[in-house]
Amino acid sequence: MKKLSNKKMNKTFRDNLITYGMVIAAYVIMQILVSAGAVSSLIQGLLVPLCTYAILAVSLNLTVGILGELSLGHAGFMCIGAFTSAFFSKVMENTALPSGLRFFCALLIGALFAGIFGLLIGIPVLRLKGDYLAIVTLAFGEIIKNLVNILFVGLDENGFHISFTNTMDLNMSEDGQVIIKGAQGITGTPHDSNFTIGIVLLLVTLFIVLNLIHSRDGRAIMAIRDNTIAAESVGIHITKYKLMAFSISAALAGVAGVLYAHNLSTLTALPKNFGYNMSIMILVFVVLGGIGNIRGSIIASVILTLLPELLRGLNDYRMLIYSIVLIVMMLFNWAPKCIEWREKVAARFKSKKSVKKEAE
Amino acid sequence: MKKFNKFLSVAVASAMVMAMAGCGNTDNGSAATGTNAATESAAASDSAASGSVFKIGGIGPTTGGAAVYGLAVQHGAEIAVEEINAAGGINGYQVEFKFQDDEADAEKSVNAYNALKDWGAQIIDGSTTSGACIAVTDKTKEDNMFQITPSGSAVECVQYDNNFRVCFSDPNQGLASAQYIGENGLAEKIAVIYDSSDVYSSGIYEKFAKEAENQPFEIVAAEAFTADNKTDFSVQLQKAKDAGADMVFLPIYYQESALILTQAAAMGYAPKWFSCDGMDGILGGVDNFDVSLTEGVMLLTPFAADATDDLTQSFVTKYKEKYGETPNQFAADSYDAIYVIKAAIEKSGVTPDMSVSDICDGMKAAMTEITVDGLTGNGMTWTADGEANKAPKAVVIENGAYKAM
Repeated sequence: MKKLSNKKMNKTFRDNLITYGMVIAAYVIMQILVSAGAVSSLIQGLLVPLCTYAILAVSLNLTVGILGELSLGHAGFMCIGAFTSAFFSKVMENTALPSGLRFFCALLIGALFAGIFGLLIGIPVLRLKGDYLAIVTLAFGEIIKNLVNILFVGLDENGFHISFTNTMDLNMSEDGQVIIKGAQGITGTPHDSNFTIGIVLLLVTLFIVLNLIHSRDGRAIMAIRDNTIAAESVGIHITKYKLMAFSISAALAGVAGVLYAHNLSTLTALPKNFGYNMSIMILVFVVLGGIGNIRGSIIASVILTLLPELLRGLNDYRMLIYSIVLIVMMLFNWAPKCIEWREKVAARFKSKKSVKKEAE
Repeated sequence: MKKFNKFLSVAVASAMVMAMAGCGNTDNGSAATGTNAATESAAASDSAASGSVFKIGGIGPTTGGAAVYGLAVQHGAEIAVEEINAAGGINGYQVEFKFQDDEADAEKSVNAYNALKDWGAQIIDGSTTSGACIAVTDKTKEDNMFQITPSGSAVECVQYDNNFRVCFSDPNQGLASAQYIGENGLAEKIAVIYDSSDVYSSGIYEKFAKEAENQPFEIVAAEAFTADNKTDFSVQLQKAKDAGADMVFLPIYYQESALILTQAAAMGYAPKWFSCDGMDGILGGVDNFDVSLTEGVMLLTPFAADATDDLTQSFVTKYKEKYGETPNQFAADSYDAIYVIKAAIEKSGVTPDMSVSDICDGMKAAMTEITVDGLTGNGMTWTADGEANKAPKAVVIENGAYKAM
């Protein structure tokens, strides 16, 4: 019995190690190539977004794959993380705070606020199931985006001024600075993100999510996913565990938002970056990578972010090709016939191997 | 099966890394082949060798909801490049132009800029939309690459000394509109309908409202809408009507303006209409729209496609021939941007074999000295802060055509 559990531990441990190793190996290889000057500026510019989307995919996988609830408002949490942290960085930009510490604080703030919102949204919403939860989270994401679009915040010597109409209503003194300008969002966020920070954050995210999954709490969460009634009957506190997974997932999305906001000098809440399109994009990463498969999420997010950029040579056809690739990948991964075929091929692969072994 | 899965994931991971590295190496090659398709005009010349052509990169949305603007910028610039190349290039050097899609998104715009950098772009004509443009200015500043935006109208689009623009800034338009209405005594009570989720629209409105305090008219209603609900304007119009506004100011794009005009006519509300350059395109840009509703609409626009001067005529003819549609203001701005680049290069005497940073320094200095007669203004000059000096032209629509006021 002991041996068996040992073996099992080893297996998950090895599995996790592969995931961490994959990320670290990608980091080391990219760093070497960058320092050797073998990487185009396009790819260099994509390194931070890749980390951002990988974190998003992993965090959503916690909700969709492990908790088993469909959330379509993930971009909303990212938006909260992005705006709160960019706001903080912008306010603190000209103070004595060193940029490293400032970014660290921004990260905590982004994660905290996104987490709090996750908790607040989660309390009423997680009583819903299936489609209803999807609808409410979808609405939540849109509400956040629209609220940010009408929010004006200024800072002068009298403190903060907030308005929901326009900058004139802020009644600021002459030398005041408008920090959030409604639709224009926040401009001039300091550039604090880089590839190394992105990878470290991705590893931290992986560490949190993987450890949660393999912990007692994680097993409780998965039990809820598999059979709520059975889980409840053995005394698992459903609301607590649901909220836990949901708010951790939201906080991690907030971290991705922080990374996103500090990579670009302008932050606007458009349908494109924080709307439901984005939420669905993240969901596509998760579904393609395999629901519940953390490593798959990372790989899918990297491939799907890189693909449209690498197809730039095809001009306007790239989006067409991209969507075709998406469909093909979806079929390859999930169509029953395709899975059957893959198993057949794998079996042949295996049998050949075993024949070889026997021959030896 | 488990084993196979593991093997597969490792294989995919390594393949991914190889692909990332591989594309780094081969990108220059593939980008070069892509260019030929993008600019047949430039590829026709035998200037493949580096150092003998100026490489200008354009950025804008060619896919997605804002594609109209990006495509206009692309087409306008392509016509200008063609003309310049046919006339012997800039100081004897041919010009290559390549346009990259940014989907009007800041992140994608930076990607597009990086792709252009890999291609070897020395000068940037872009980005088309404000938000994307601001993100790119940061990158061009880092590389010290000369950037002129045809249509990025937010203040921050020209925040650094290497950024210039062709169009008016948003505050300028708001200011000019308010002053024009005030000076000419066009109205006493004004209602404004604007898009609060749009940088362009809210930027104009804000300055307009500020300047209105100094003008002899009063803003009686300021009604906002957002990109998510821009089909029904009856509430906003009713409020404007109830407030007794005799003029409605529309600092918005023509698609929404067309709906507003139609809905106002349906409810029997007929104030005077005043708008900015976003209105350009309403004559013929909207399907199923009764153009007679635009009679008497006043707008400030630097470009009118049916102006009778030779430059506009020849541009419009070429544009129609090549792309089958009437050029809008974005196309004209972009066309001018290329000629501004030409003028700045000629003035500074920079050559394509110089480094990007040297070209930028030379052109930066030259920008304040040049005067350009373009489609969007005669005698345009630039200040070091990147703003173009040109007089806004007010036109009124009469019998389905623009007429100078």
